[in-house]
Amino acid sequence: MEKGIIRKLFLSTFYLSAFTFGGGYVIITLMKKKFVDEYHWMEEQEMLDLTALAQSAPGAIAVNGSLIVGFRIAGIRGALAAVAGTVLPPFFVLSVVSMFYAAFRDNKMVSLVLEGMQAGVAAVIADVVIDLGAKIAGEKNVVSLLIMAGAFLCAYVFHINVIIIILVCVGIGTIRGLWNMRKDGTE
Amino acid sequence: MIYIKLFLSFLQIGAFSIGGGYAALPLIQSQVVHIQHWLTAGEFTDLVTISQMTPGPIAINAATFVGLRLGGVLGAVIATLGCILPSCIIMSILAYFYFKYRELEVLQTILQALRPAVVALIASAGLGILVQALWSDSSKGISLETLSLSGGAIFVVSIILLRKRKMNPIKVMGIAGALNVVLFYASVLLK
Repeated sequence: MEKGIIRKLFLSTFYLSAFTFGGGYVIITLMKKKFVDEYHWMEEQEMLDLTALAQSAPGAIAVNGSLIVGFRIAGIRGALAAVAGTVLPPFFVLSVVSMFYAAFRDNKMVSLVLEGMQAGVAAVIADVVIDLGAKIAGEKNVVSLLIMAGAFLCAYVFHINVIIIILVCVGIGTIRGLWNMRKDGTE
Repeated sequence: MIYIKLFLSFLQIGAFSIGGGYAALPLIQSQVVHIQHWLTAGEFTDLVTISQMTPGPIAINAATFVGLRLGGVLGAVIATLGCILPSCIIMSILAYFYFKYRELEVLQTILQALRPAVVALIASAGLGILVQALWSDSSKGISLETLSLSGGAIFVVSIILLRKRKMNPIKVMGIAGALNVVLFYASVLLK
């Protein structure tokens, strides 16, 4: 049983990583679709928590994310399998491509396919963001909505470093947590 | 020895590139171009171009590229391991605390504040990619006239396949790539 999960985990991350053009958030969205929506290995909220953790640590988000998701699903062996699955495809692809770099770069077909895939990737992210955003909006929690809007402005319009955005949110959460505790204490 | 140098250089890149993706770029450049002189500025630009055209995190790509060149396959493996080692250690510590203390109420409120921010960060990354796809030639500025029609059409088709047909996202990306080839040659033929 466990062996089957590790194998499935490795194959899934390998497959996702091989097709992940355009940075860490793309593989995170794909992992959410696969592990939350398809395999039901974890909850959506947990996936967001793990994404926040992956974002807070140094290094590539794709590696951090697959490590913690693998660990959550199947412990240390799961983490190793997921990281191996994530690292191997770019390792192989880059080894081959760097040998034929000039031919690859100047090939019209390659650049057309990549250009089209970019629009496809944007659609995949939009699809997941619509689902996640609708859920948060559905909670009708004003603070959550403000955080979502504020974080978006900070990241997209003002290009503020994600680490600062995450730290500010941790600050807001801590103040709220302490506030709630004090309120509970006085009641 | 070159293997130790490769390992230590990429260990630093892995340990200090916070914020993911392009935040790592200046750090990689300073290590492999300015400090170690493993690549020229032109080769570094090639590396960035290849990274954009191939899957995977740029730091891993750089480790493979530089490692292969300096120490063959073993060099590439060692550089890649150096690059992911800090992630593995720090993420394991974070994972340990998360799974141990996540039931705590304070941590729950913190996570509750983080979740909408994570959605916003994903949205921001996605919008950046969308703008690039719809206005591939950004030098002409962003307006209705410079909008790439094929990019827009592929985006709309992909969204429909994903949301209405619930199609597998990897399949959708494959269709998107193929569609762009078809649209390009169709437009050439029509001219």
